[in-house]
Amino acid sequence: MALVNPDFVNEVKRTEEFNASACMNCGVCSAVCPMGLELLPRKLFRYVLLGLEDKVLANTETIYSCLLCKMCEANCPAQVHIAENVRFLRYYINKKVFKL
Amino acid sequence: MPLPTGDTIGILADNLRIRHSVLPISAKSATRWARGLNIPKGARTVLYTGMMYQLIPYIAAMGKAQEGIEDSFLVNFIKLGRQVNKVINVSGFMALPSKSMQESYNRILVNIARLLQQAGVQFGYLYEEELYSGALIYDLGVDDVLKAHARKVYDVFKKYGVQNVITVDPHTTNMLRSVYPKLIDGYDLQVQSYLEVLVERGIEPRSRLDLEVVMHDSCVYARYENVLNEQRTLLKNAGVAIKEPADSGKFTLCCGGPAESLYPKKAKERARQRVEQIKQAGAAAGAVTMCPICYVNLQKAARGEVQLEDISNLLTQAYCM
Repeated sequence: MALVNPDFVNEVKRTEEFNASACMNCGVCSAVCPMGLELLPRKLFRYVLLGLEDKVLANTETIYSCLLCKMCEANCPAQVHIAENVRFLRYYINKKVFKL
Repeated sequence: MPLPTGDTIGILADNLRIRHSVLPISAKSATRWARGLNIPKGARTVLYTGMMYQLIPYIAAMGKAQEGIEDSFLVNFIKLGRQVNKVINVSGFMALPSKSMQESYNRILVNIARLLQQAGVQFGYLYEEELYSGALIYDLGVDDVLKAHARKVYDVFKKYGVQNVITVDPHTTNMLRSVYPKLIDGYDLQVQSYLEVLVERGIEPRSRLDLEVVMHDSCVYARYENVLNEQRTLLKNAGVAIKEPADSGKFTLCCGGPAESLYPKKAKERARQRVEQIKQAGAAAGAVTMCPICYVNLQKAARGEVQLEDISNLLTQAYCM
């Protein structure tokens, strides 16, 4: 059973640049990802929007494996700031989990 | 077992905070490349290396050490290593670079300085006061440490009255041109890559090279900074025929290098994938890179199957000799 943290998205979203809600779940990002990260960004961003913090934290390796190469962004039809959104998640995990 | 993410990032961030670089590098090593070039200290326009090319031999040495640690019992000691590293520079002992590699990367910076001189650009250099841009810490999302560091970098530029910054690699270009303005109020530096400066200056070739190369674009130049035409213009003007790999230009395939600090094995797998594309485009031609991270990562993965060169080597042959 998943635990919902309703404030999660606000804790992750430090500026308006975090635009996970623009994602329309088409899957192009996953199809073109050179790392083959199927989870990123669509499922992961959906977890953030739904407040599923545990699900996000369970995927820490995926979040830090992203190359930030923007191949997904260059192909994204919804102009989601995928690389920057991933960096927002890293910042959150660095603070909350790693205490950096 | 993979490297412990938090402690590995912690060591890199501690180094930036305490020692102003992700891996400690002496001022002597960082500035050695400029010896004998008669570049003045400071100036309105400076060549800013951002220390990326100088750091690569250290990063390569550290990566090798990390590969040995990854999936071994030694990962359990990284947490302790982080605590010790705050007091004693442990990462400095782990990252002892090869001399020949240092010379090879220093030569790239010499090439770039010579090209700018050939194009008639008047520029200075900050020598031992130059600081690393913090690109890796930005990628890893340690924004608070980065912000404090960016201020220090900016203050050094301001101390010398710098207005224009010429960068040598895509990551540093991105940091100074697109990231720093969001971190520093009133940021007013004009930032251009040396490739952009050379094209803007209309540098003329002195010799034709008459050869073919496969172009490996940096994803940061291609998708963050829109530097795509300059490298092609400079090579084509020098008589170089450019072969494009399957994923090229704006859709260039990442070399995998950004994964190196946390997941060296994944970085190597991605680099190998790109090497295969380069081979298919024409291995006999050799390939050019314009980013120190791409260069080192692809070179390791190529295992001698493809001849890789930094673009500045070809440009120097064509425009300076």
